[in-house]
Amino acid sequence: MTAAGMKERPGASATGRKTEGGPVLRVAGLTVSVRGEEGERPVVSDLSFSLARGETLCIAGESGSGKSMTSLAIMALLPQPAARTSAGSIRLGDTELTDLDDRRMRRIRGNRIAMIFQEPMTSLNPVLSIGRQLIEAIETHTGLSLTEARNLAIDALKAVRIPEAESRLKQYPHELSGGMRQRVMIAMALALKPDVLIADEPTTALDVTVQGEVLELLRDLQRRNGTSVILITHDMGVVAEMADRVIVMRNGCMVEEGKVADIFERPRVEYTRELLAAVPRMGTGSGRQNFRKAIENTKSTAVAVARDLHVRFDLRGGFFGRVTRRVHAVEGVSFSIAPNETLSLVGESGCGKSTTAKALAGLVPYIGELSIGGRNLSGLSRDGRKAVRRDVQMIFQDPYASLDPRMRVGDLVAEPLLIHNIGTPRERTDRVATLFERVGLSADQMERYPHEFSGGQRQRICIARALALRPKLIIADESVSALDVSVQARVLQLLKELQREFGVAYLFISHDMAVVENISDRVAVMYLGQIVEMGTRDQIFANPRHPYTRRLIEAVPVPDPARRRSGFSRLDQEIASATYKIGEAPHRLVLTDVGNGHLVAT
Amino acid sequence: MTSPIAPEISAIAVPARRRAGVWRRLIRRPLSVLGLAIIAITVAGAVFAPWLTGYDPNEQMFDGLTLEGAPLPPSATFWLGTDLLGRDLLTRILYGARTSLVIGIVANGAALLIGTLVGVTAGYFRGWIGGLLMRFTDLMMAFPALLLAICLAAVFQPSLWIVAMVIALVNWVQTARIIFTETSSLAEREFIDAERTIGAGTPRILFRHILPHLLPTIIVWGTLGISTTVLLEATLSYLGIGVQPPTASWGNIIFENQTYFQAAPWLVFFPGAAILALALAFNLVGDALRDILDPTQRGRA
Repeated sequence: MTAAGMKERPGASATGRKTEGGPVLRVAGLTVSVRGEEGERPVVSDLSFSLARGETLCIAGESGSGKSMTSLAIMALLPQPAARTSAGSIRLGDTELTDLDDRRMRRIRGNRIAMIFQEPMTSLNPVLSIGRQLIEAIETHTGLSLTEARNLAIDALKAVRIPEAESRLKQYPHELSGGMRQRVMIAMALALKPDVLIADEPTTALDVTVQGEVLELLRDLQRRNGTSVILITHDMGVVAEMADRVIVMRNGCMVEEGKVADIFERPRVEYTRELLAAVPRMGTGSGRQNFRKAIENTKSTAVAVARDLHVRFDLRGGFFGRVTRRVHAVEGVSFSIAPNETLSLVGESGCGKSTTAKALAGLVPYIGELSIGGRNLSGLSRDGRKAVRRDVQMIFQDPYASLDPRMRVGDLVAEPLLIHNIGTPRERTDRVATLFERVGLSADQMERYPHEFSGGQRQRICIARALALRPKLIIADESVSALDVSVQARVLQLLKELQREFGVAYLFISHDMAVVENISDRVAVMYLGQIVEMGTRDQIFANPRHPYTRRLIEAVPVPDPARRRSGFSRLDQEIASATYKIGEAPHRLVLTDVGNGHLVAT
Repeated sequence: MTSPIAPEISAIAVPARRRAGVWRRLIRRPLSVLGLAIIAITVAGAVFAPWLTGYDPNEQMFDGLTLEGAPLPPSATFWLGTDLLGRDLLTRILYGARTSLVIGIVANGAALLIGTLVGVTAGYFRGWIGGLLMRFTDLMMAFPALLLAICLAAVFQPSLWIVAMVIALVNWVQTARIIFTETSSLAEREFIDAERTIGAGTPRILFRHILPHLLPTIIVWGTLGISTTVLLEATLSYLGIGVQPPTASWGNIIFENQTYFQAAPWLVFFPGAAILALALAFNLVGDALRDILDPTQRGRA
């Protein structure tokens, strides 16, 4: 087997390609250090592994474990000048990569080792058409003419199952959905048939249903081209789905390495066991909320009621900037939340779940009826609205973005009390200290700034801030999605404890079905601005009626390599959009009760 | 019921809190001390000018010129030399500091204030009020600054304070533009939404949450503005609408003498150095302040 035989591609002049079945990539004793205020600190230490041809190696670990640094070190793309490879060797075939200068490394990057990043929007240049970017990538590494490069680009797009590949070349990244963009990235990475593909959290930013497709696509392409894949992920479900071998990393060190079945069935190290235990699982999760008596949803007791809620955004266009189109983000949504209850809104990005939350929190204008604690929001005076604000608090997805980085966290948590004139300064400080301890932080951390905390701690600060006013309802908008699984499990546990203690109701917004199953009493599934199915958790998960609900549940990767899905129903066209021309409106779904309050759209 | 301290807390080591006052931290940096020293010297020179020199700033001395009528280079009698009319340059620079400090600090400060107010209002509220303010800013930007200054100066009787006002009215536009852009991106940030959900009112969001984030920009523009305004004042004097001769300002000393800079380079060099040193001093202090006032720069690797 020769390189030329494997790669039917002109211009692929062999720069010492491996000719027999030895490992494609060998990493030995790799140490990456980052220079900080206190001198050099290793972020990856003494990491060794090898990658066979056609193999998928998953590097799993939580944030800060050094998995991304490892991939950047292989690509020689470490952030300059702070980080550098301080020891070890990286051999691609016969070439030692750590010795290469930048010019020669550039020839390897993209050509023999390709990489795809987490966020497909930021890794594509927004002002160049995807065709131009693809063709440029091909031309840089081959001596192909423009027409040949163009044909190769079209083939690459076809290979990642992008429909109408030729006309897509003219499109710009923002015209494509997230899943399509990630496919373009994969097409770009695989166009030159590299030996090694490094995928750094390739599906983390994607919706579950799209994630399934992209993973399946990666697997298919790998089988066809014999590419070796290093897949970096924090998601044990993805690991189970994809990996041949797994490396578990923690604090820059490899803690365990083994075949995927062994890692999942017989983890040798305590940390791996904890990591696996923390993964939210559907149906059997240990942290699963015990089924609570369905709370009577009579009108008088409901904490929040939405009736026929609409949120629309106008899009201006044309020469005079007139309203030409309208995004029907939320279209006729009705629900009610009882005290002490958790209602989850699930759906994929763009389905309107966050917009619903924002309308409830008073951040976007809406049409329809919203009432909190029996008071209708629209008829209220300024002071009345402020009083209602006390009853509804919100926890956002990104705890760092939702905390003012220039304020001390103690002041941030005390701020709601200050705004609503509660207590004396002394009492406020005491209350904040109590809150800090209640959410698992210590009171002497009040003087610090948000950047001095880890992601999980910051989310705890946000929770403390939301609790400060003793609200009746807390809206948690993807509040645990950005956290590592072990931290996520603990934050979810905290939320449940707080609910028992304070009797607060949650509107829990998430795309993660496993998490939703763990925390909810009731679940509403949203699709394109409308609720397609709503019922108690058991009704939704044990007996999903709507095809979209079923699809969502099926799409969740199961953290068990023995239950790997063979195929996945493909959805090759773009996802429908909630944007309509003026005068047009989406078809309104009618929900019918199929028994015990289980509502399904027909 | 309490839950144990979350395990993830131990994972991050935070250095012990250092909470010294801004002033204490400012004087711990050698460069900012240098800047503060230059500012102090300039202020002292301006205030104590009559006691620091034996000459009158406007006195044309007989022995201040050579027999041919050329100005004298620096010597033991005239430390920085004399100007074209035989006046002592050091004395004029010391008295000129009074004018230039007023221009550089008051006029520049007023320009910053107007610019910040306009920029923040337009950037936060947007809508029709923002549109109106920003179109007005654009109009001012398109209007030649000098022409505007001449018009304003023609309306009012020239005096130091009027000149300061004119400069402020000309110079706020750039600040407003920059602050507008920054405010509108800050207003989109999630923590501002988070503030709204806890019921924070507009003044609180503007002053407690948006303004602190604008400080670095304001400081940088403020320090850059010092040299610009001092020179703009000189231009205005040159056109006869600034500070009226014989009152000295650093700018008009340069302008009076610029044509002779080859024959008598000290006449341009010393006041130029004074402007440079003052601008540099404010720059150094401004840089240090920016770092000190930014909590996110502390304790970060």
